[in-house]
Amino acid sequence: VDIKSMKNYLYWLYCQFELITCACLMEPWEKLLFYSFNIALLVMMTYTAYLFIPAHISMAFQFFLHVLGNQPENTVSIVK
Amino acid sequence: MANPSAVCNGHLHYHQKQNNLLKSGISKKNGMMKGIKKNGVSNGSLYKKPFIEHFEQAPMYVAVFTFLSFGVGSVFGYLRDFMRAWGLEKRNIATEREQQKDFVPLYQDFENFYSRNLYMRIRDNWNRPICSVPGPQFDLMERVTNDYNWTFRFTGRTIKNVINMGSYNYLGFAETDANALKTVTKELEKYGTGICSTRQEMGTLDKHVELEKLVATFLGVEDAMVFGMGFATNSMNIPALVGKGCLILSDELNHTSLVLGARLSGATIRIFKHNNTQSLESLLKDAIAYGQPRSHRAWRKIIILVEGIYSMEGSIVRLPEIVSLKKKYKAYLYLDEAHSIGAVGATGRGVVEYFGMNPDDVDVLMGTFTKSFGAAGGYIAGKKDLVDFLRTHSHSAVYATSMCPPVAEQIIRAMKCLMGLDGTTQGLQRVRQLGRNTRYFRQRLHEMGFIIYGNDDSPVVPLLLFMPGKIGAFSGHMLEKNIGVVVVGFPATPLTESRARFCVSAAHTREMLDTVLNALDEVGDFLLLKYSRYSKAAHPELYEETRFELED
Repeated sequence: VDIKSMKNYLYWLYCQFELITCACLMEPWEKLLFYSFNIALLVMMTYTAYLFIPAHISMAFQFFLHVLGNQPENTVSIVK
Repeated sequence: MANPSAVCNGHLHYHQKQNNLLKSGISKKNGMMKGIKKNGVSNGSLYKKPFIEHFEQAPMYVAVFTFLSFGVGSVFGYLRDFMRAWGLEKRNIATEREQQKDFVPLYQDFENFYSRNLYMRIRDNWNRPICSVPGPQFDLMERVTNDYNWTFRFTGRTIKNVINMGSYNYLGFAETDANALKTVTKELEKYGTGICSTRQEMGTLDKHVELEKLVATFLGVEDAMVFGMGFATNSMNIPALVGKGCLILSDELNHTSLVLGARLSGATIRIFKHNNTQSLESLLKDAIAYGQPRSHRAWRKIIILVEGIYSMEGSIVRLPEIVSLKKKYKAYLYLDEAHSIGAVGATGRGVVEYFGMNPDDVDVLMGTFTKSFGAAGGYIAGKKDLVDFLRTHSHSAVYATSMCPPVAEQIIRAMKCLMGLDGTTQGLQRVRQLGRNTRYFRQRLHEMGFIIYGNDDSPVVPLLLFMPGKIGAFSGHMLEKNIGVVVVGFPATPLTESRARFCVSAAHTREMLDTVLNALDEVGDFLLLKYSRYSKAAHPELYEETRFELED
């Protein structure tokens, strides 16, 4: 029963997506084009996120650590 | 407050003028509003009952999604146009001939782009042929399309007893009951159907004279003239009344017939914001102060064009304020009561009666018989001088065929029924039933959480849909539930405000309205149309029954 209501809910969400983006008005080949474009875009965005976000986060973390954490040593070195 | 006469410079005759001053809100002394002291609110005396109109704006995400859907639609529109231009797709649309390819392009403006690419996709929701009388229920001919709405084919089946929420049948006079149409059948047998002449040649029948006298009595004016077509009444008579050197002040959302008549007349046209008396007053002030554009001479005539009920918004004109403005600035008023005659007012006499005003205040009363009387045609009513002038100078009188006798008889019988001259109270009952249906329908829709435009008393109920994808979906779902609705999009409405327009009728029973409302509830939940932020559905915690304790 839970799976059925879940499936209904997902179908309803899909209908909302179709209504909002005018996909319900499109002919089948247009829908194919539109969905493949959207899915390709989504896949590319996820792949880029998967590749680059950990690296960016660790670089940002190091930068902040450098600026805040190592401050006393830096000023000491400049004065010298 | 204290004794008013003590406030106004010791002129004791102020007491007797009290009633007139309260009615107009303007005193003759120093031009200041002295009625304030008695009433407390300076404009409160103009409106005898509360004037409530709603024009709620949608939440921001709705606007974003609407633009998004138009964006996607336009991208695909350009793609399809490209494919058609390069021969990758069969061309079903109108194009120029080969020899005209180097001429100025005919079909590249936005309207044609929109109709080729967006309108065509949902075209099956309009122009649906019906095959019965458009009463509270009608029969629909089933249509299917094999090539995505470019051509249609009738299957031969009729869908029976579809509830009619789109016809302008406000009082339910579109009926086939033989008893009701007795006089109409008699006149049809006596006169036939054709007139074969214009009013000024041999087309004036005794039926027209009888009808005109009846219309004049109904409205409470001196004289009236009837024409064969409602649209033509506006477009052919405004050019007869105004010409070059006159000024027309027309509402933003006036009907095409008024706009066409105004443009044909050759007068200068200025537009004021919809139902906005401040905008109208500033235009009037400028007109009187500056006169005509280059010569600065006074305008020959200033006429204000307004409608009783605006059919796309459901709003009612602010007649008392406009009449007071017109008297102050000495302008003329042309009131188009196409949708309001028969539909508002305690006895169905239109907005003039709804506001409790004198019909002499409006210079030209125009209306149509198409909506509340179940016939066709229009009338112009007012002072005898005006109507006599129109009998000689109107284009319609000189060139257009006059109204045919059975239609005139239908109007006569409907009007007699409304006035009670046929010996029954059926007319008054219809008007009251319409008022009850209107209030019930609007109240339930507000409670459910839809965004509804317009005045609480107008039988035209626009329900906002906003997104173009939902237009087709809404119409399709309602038809599946056996309810026929009219949906409207661009260009009849602004691009982002597409709507479904319901016309409540006195012939609808409470059960029919409940069926429609339940269907609307379901469809509204499925399509997420309940955008309103001020409804009970949105804030259920505010409307819970408060607890009470029983006394022992």
